[in-house]
Amino acid sequence: MTRVHAFHGGVHPPENKRQSNGAPIRPAPIPPRLVLPLSQHIGAPAEPLVKVGDRVLKGQVIAEPIGRVSVSLHAPTSGTVTLIGPQPVPHASGMEANCIVIETDGQDEWIEHAGLEDYKSYTKSELINYIRNYGIAGMGGAGFPTDVKLHLGDDHIVNTLIINAAECEPYITADDLLIRERSDEILGGIEVIAHLLNPSHILIGIEDNKPQAIRALEDAVRGCHLNIDVVVVPTKYPSGGEKQLVKLLTGVEVPSGKIPADVGIVCQNVGTASAIYRAVHRGEPLISRIVTITGDAVDQRHNLDVLIGTQYSELLEASGVRRDDLYRLVMGGPMMGFTMKSDAVPVVKTTNCIIAATEEEMPPAPPALNCIRCGMCEQVCPAELLPQQLHWFAKGKEYDKAKHHNLFDCIECGACSYVCPSNIPLVQYYRNAKAEIRQEEAEKQKAEYARMRFEARQARLEQEKIEKELRRKARAEEAAKAQASKKDSAGAAKPAAAGGDVKTLKTAAAVARTKLKKAEKAFEQAKESGADNLAELEAAFNTAKQKADAAQQKLEQAEKGGTVAAAGAPDIKALKTAAAVARTKLKKAQSALKAAEEKGQDGIEQLRDTVKELEAKADAAQKAFDDAQAAPAPTAPVVDIKQLKTAAAVARTKLKQAEKALEKAQDSGEGDIAELEAKVKELEAKVDTTRKAFEEAEQGGSTPAKPAIDLAPLKEDMDKALAKVEKADAAAKAAEEKGLPTAEKMRAGVDKLRGKYEEAKKAYEDAEVQNAAAGGKPAIDLAPLKEDMDKALAKVEKADAAAKAAEEKGLPTAEKMRAGVDKLRGKYEEAKKAYEDAQAQNNAATPAVSAVNLDELKADMDAALAKVEKADAAAKNAEEKGLPTADKMRAGVDKLRGKYEEAKKTYEDAKAQGGAAVAAVAANLDELKADMEAALGKVQKADVAAKNAEEKGLPTAEKMRAGVEKLRGKYEEAKQAYVAAGGTVDADAKPDTVIVD
Amino acid sequence: MALIRSSSPHLHKMNQTGRVMRLVLLATLPGLAAMTFFFGWGTLINIIWASLLAVGFEAAIMKLRNRPIRFYLSDYSAVVTAVLLALALPPFAAWWVTLVGVFVAIVIAKHLYGGLGQNPFNPAMVAYALLLVSFPVEMTRWTEPFVLVSADSGWSVLSFVDTLKVIFGGIDTSVIDSYTGATPLDALRHRGGLTTEEAWRQVPVLADGIGAWHAVSAAYVMGGVFLLYKKIFTWHAPVSVLGSLAVLSTLFFIVEPDYFADPFFHLTVGGTMLGAFFIATDPVSSATSNKGKIWFGLGIGTLIFVIRTWGGYPDAVAFAVLLMNLSAPFIDQYTQPRTYGHAKAKRGLKGDA
Repeated sequence: MTRVHAFHGGVHPPENKRQSNGAPIRPAPIPPRLVLPLSQHIGAPAEPLVKVGDRVLKGQVIAEPIGRVSVSLHAPTSGTVTLIGPQPVPHASGMEANCIVIETDGQDEWIEHAGLEDYKSYTKSELINYIRNYGIAGMGGAGFPTDVKLHLGDDHIVNTLIINAAECEPYITADDLLIRERSDEILGGIEVIAHLLNPSHILIGIEDNKPQAIRALEDAVRGCHLNIDVVVVPTKYPSGGEKQLVKLLTGVEVPSGKIPADVGIVCQNVGTASAIYRAVHRGEPLISRIVTITGDAVDQRHNLDVLIGTQYSELLEASGVRRDDLYRLVMGGPMMGFTMKSDAVPVVKTTNCIIAATEEEMPPAPPALNCIRCGMCEQVCPAELLPQQLHWFAKGKEYDKAKHHNLFDCIECGACSYVCPSNIPLVQYYRNAKAEIRQEEAEKQKAEYARMRFEARQARLEQEKIEKELRRKARAEEAAKAQASKKDSAGAAKPAAAGGDVKTLKTAAAVARTKLKKAEKAFEQAKESGADNLAELEAAFNTAKQKADAAQQKLEQAEKGGTVAAAGAPDIKALKTAAAVARTKLKKAQSALKAAEEKGQDGIEQLRDTVKELEAKADAAQKAFDDAQAAPAPTAPVVDIKQLKTAAAVARTKLKQAEKALEKAQDSGEGDIAELEAKVKELEAKVDTTRKAFEEAEQGGSTPAKPAIDLAPLKEDMDKALAKVEKADAAAKAAEEKGLPTAEKMRAGVDKLRGKYEEAKKAYEDAEVQNAAAGGKPAIDLAPLKEDMDKALAKVEKADAAAKAAEEKGLPTAEKMRAGVDKLRGKYEEAKKAYEDAQAQNNAATPAVSAVNLDELKADMDAALAKVEKADAAAKNAEEKGLPTADKMRAGVDKLRGKYEEAKKTYEDAKAQGGAAVAAVAANLDELKADMEAALGKVQKADVAAKNAEEKGLPTAEKMRAGVEKLRGKYEEAKQAYVAAGGTVDADAKPDTVIVD
Repeated sequence: MALIRSSSPHLHKMNQTGRVMRLVLLATLPGLAAMTFFFGWGTLINIIWASLLAVGFEAAIMKLRNRPIRFYLSDYSAVVTAVLLALALPPFAAWWVTLVGVFVAIVIAKHLYGGLGQNPFNPAMVAYALLLVSFPVEMTRWTEPFVLVSADSGWSVLSFVDTLKVIFGGIDTSVIDSYTGATPLDALRHRGGLTTEEAWRQVPVLADGIGAWHAVSAAYVMGGVFLLYKKIFTWHAPVSVLGSLAVLSTLFFIVEPDYFADPFFHLTVGGTMLGAFFIATDPVSSATSNKGKIWFGLGIGTLIFVIRTWGGYPDAVAFAVLLMNLSAPFIDQYTQPRTYGHAKAKRGLKGDA
């Protein structure tokens, strides 16, 4: 015996079933006109197969299913198709939908049809497809296509098949009568379903208010070989709800958002079972169903076997409707059914009942009163929700809270509305809230799609641009080559200038360097892998180094020699390049060292040594540069000043970096603080020297001196100092409050810091005054200002987000945070203003400044692009893994992309400007060349590495190859730039001709 | 053919708010009868007076708020508030005490918060607490049950007319001195150095008059059970109020019976039963879910015991209820029921905190 479990809540509305369950099922007359909606259930509408004017036979397919969740449609009787188009359909909205209209001919002529002889001989998928083609959709209420519910996959185990015969809605008796008269058909259908699903247990749930039907079922089941139990459940609405019936019969709850099949249960309605029987055994598609016609406005309340498509008016007429009394026409039950606008709508596959109610029977709901929170709704809710809370949330449009209170678990059974003493249309509120939430989500989705489309378009445009650029470059290269060959032929006669020698030497030196690097790398690799030919490699490395040194020396000598003849400026530039290269190397080594330190790898000592060596080299290079600069007469002081300024800026940056490192070290208490301190001091000294040099140069310059002291760094210093003071002050105060013994000391520290701050401020103010006094328009370096501004903005955004989060959580600190945000915003505004001012000033004063910065801008842009790509990849990764952070990452990517776009724009703007100032670019020739050569070296190196990898069959080879291509592209670019600036390219220095030892 | 179109469900239980309120009024009748029987006509007069005032204030406020007066009066909520307040007041409470009380209840505690269903506090209890704090003398002058007035003759309560005069100021209060005395709660509180055992024997209201309170409480229980049967409210709140009060008082009584009153005393005197069945079950100001109602009731029961035993006021129901009214929204957040198909109940307003 199966135990009946209970579900929470439920109501006992007046049953009103006696009126219609007395008479047997009678066939309804064939109407003159049938209207068959193409969409009668959940899922996609069917696609018509007939044309207007076609004659159709009873049972003929007139529309075929489209998509997975869809079933066919058949002609319920013979006749002619007269219309395919919109007609009123039974829908809560009262809308029209596409229908096939058939003028019946009264002959009721069947198409040739026959059932399956032995359905068990068919495969499951064939059988399921058969059911689909026979137009069977759930006949309980929602009309979900039955084949979809039966198509579960072979490994899906169904423990229990539940046949829903509960029919809990008042008034409806269609299933009751069906069971009484056609229990054998139902059993036959159950056998087919059981064959498909192979459940271990079949339960037929039926309410105890249908004794005759229960008896009929029990009789039918007695002779059945299947494990079927007829379970009588107490009459309580909504025990026929799928979830409620599952709970009643099995005690299992269908998890929220899942279907019963997920817990090994499948529910089918008795009507569906009967329809399956008819289809499988008799070959009759679903073209008719039993409909209860009831209500006080009809004289005969009974059940009719109705052809799908029959209009309500026909059925009402057949039941003796009193039109004057008809007040409300309901399809379905009184609890969940919906009202019809008129009776000119057709019966569909889910029409189980038509209630023609009088006003006395179903009076309009009295006006709603205030909710008194009586909680009766909660007591009757079968989903165990808090309907009144949901009501408040729905009314107040607090959809988040409504969702949190499980609004979407509401089955809209109407029990809460039914009992509400204040007559609040609760279900209506929930439907509205659900619809609004769904709409919101749909809009969000739409926006997401729009964004994706936009991004795809951007990417496409980007790609096109790049391709165009490449083509342009290719053309330019060819032109340059032609020019170069011309020049070569012209220059052959001329006596070889010192510059040419230098060039050759330079190339040699570069080659030597490349070799050296290669040897070094090989050596390192060998060391890492513990190869045995270490000594050999070391020897090779040393040799290469010597060669490189020799080449370098030669080059330097040659250059020095050249200096005598040529002007000092190019020399200085070369030196500068050398210094820059040294610096870059140093930086690289430093970062490697840092990384190694962080990872605690061995070989740190070695790296440290390398760093030191490089430092020495960098210093030497710098010194050489400085010397060289100091020595020659100021032929072009403007350029010099600029250079000096750059040098000063670089030094400052370095100093800052060092300071930061020092701070970090101090904070973490790790690392050699003393050393770092020393370095900082050194750098400070350097900064001073460079600045002095710069200032001197400026003052000494013949051009009208513009004592444009860069205010930004000073300001920054000052601000930093102030921040420090504030921080220290706060810490000190905290300490004081806590009565810590260190408070005094901290206070002293604060004072000291304040002193520093005053100093910085003074310096800043002095500088400002000076600038102002000079009356010049200092070409203020925009970058730091911009950076400041961006930083401030980021801070503001971050703080804002934090504040919002706090506010949402109702934290007490929210107010404070908000104040902080305002403060930050103020700072941001300040920074922005400063930036804009500076920009305006600069624009007014110097139109051609940016040309020099071109490379820098390009580098910025490239870095940004790399970042974007990296972030994008990470985001994609996260999305693929379905990580919750994916959204955030995506947003980050967008931000980065925005930055990249900005950088690009700046770069392009600058380039455009730079194009005008060709002369400025020309001066950079050597630099460009050095760039080009460096790029070439890189390409060659990478190429070798890639080849190596390929030979060894390493998996990274492909990647490396791609990297090589990229580098080559860069080289091409560099070359292009060089050529464009007027340089000539050695024919043999192509990246393709890789020098392999 | 014009057919009405509406959203489901199309059936409604004839379950009007007015009906709910009428049933509540009906359920107070046994209590009213017992009060009248033991303490004379005062309570009945108070109820009528308070109801008139309540309807008057309600109508006036509805007029001010531009609402249909008749429609809103028909929900009887104002009358219920008035009746509950009048039942809690001393039977000889002067007319102006009731007037102030009803004004506070209807105008301030109910309508200034938005009217029916919007008030966070039980209006009757707000009024009661305010009266108790403002007019302690009037509010603690309780009538003696008729058995104490004269032991010989049968039903010797003050006549109806005299009671009217007392309430509306026609008779000097000294006349009614013989009809007033301390309540059992007061008597036990101010028992001097007596142990509870001695107090039970020596103080007349405890020794002889306590039966009146028992009877009144029993009458309230009857009304409460009737409402439970009618499913006007659920068992959760009253049972948890009474249960927690009984458990606490039993514990303390076992430890020191000389000092603490016994649980039966706590359950059957003062406003315990009125509070448990008619006040704690007020849906508007109590917690929402069944689980929440249990916590709400537990809080009330505990607070009643604490305030009665260690607090400064004779009875504690009003304060206990008001304090728990204050906590109800918070309780609501953490006592959502587990929804069908969910592994566990959600908590808080958002997220799974």
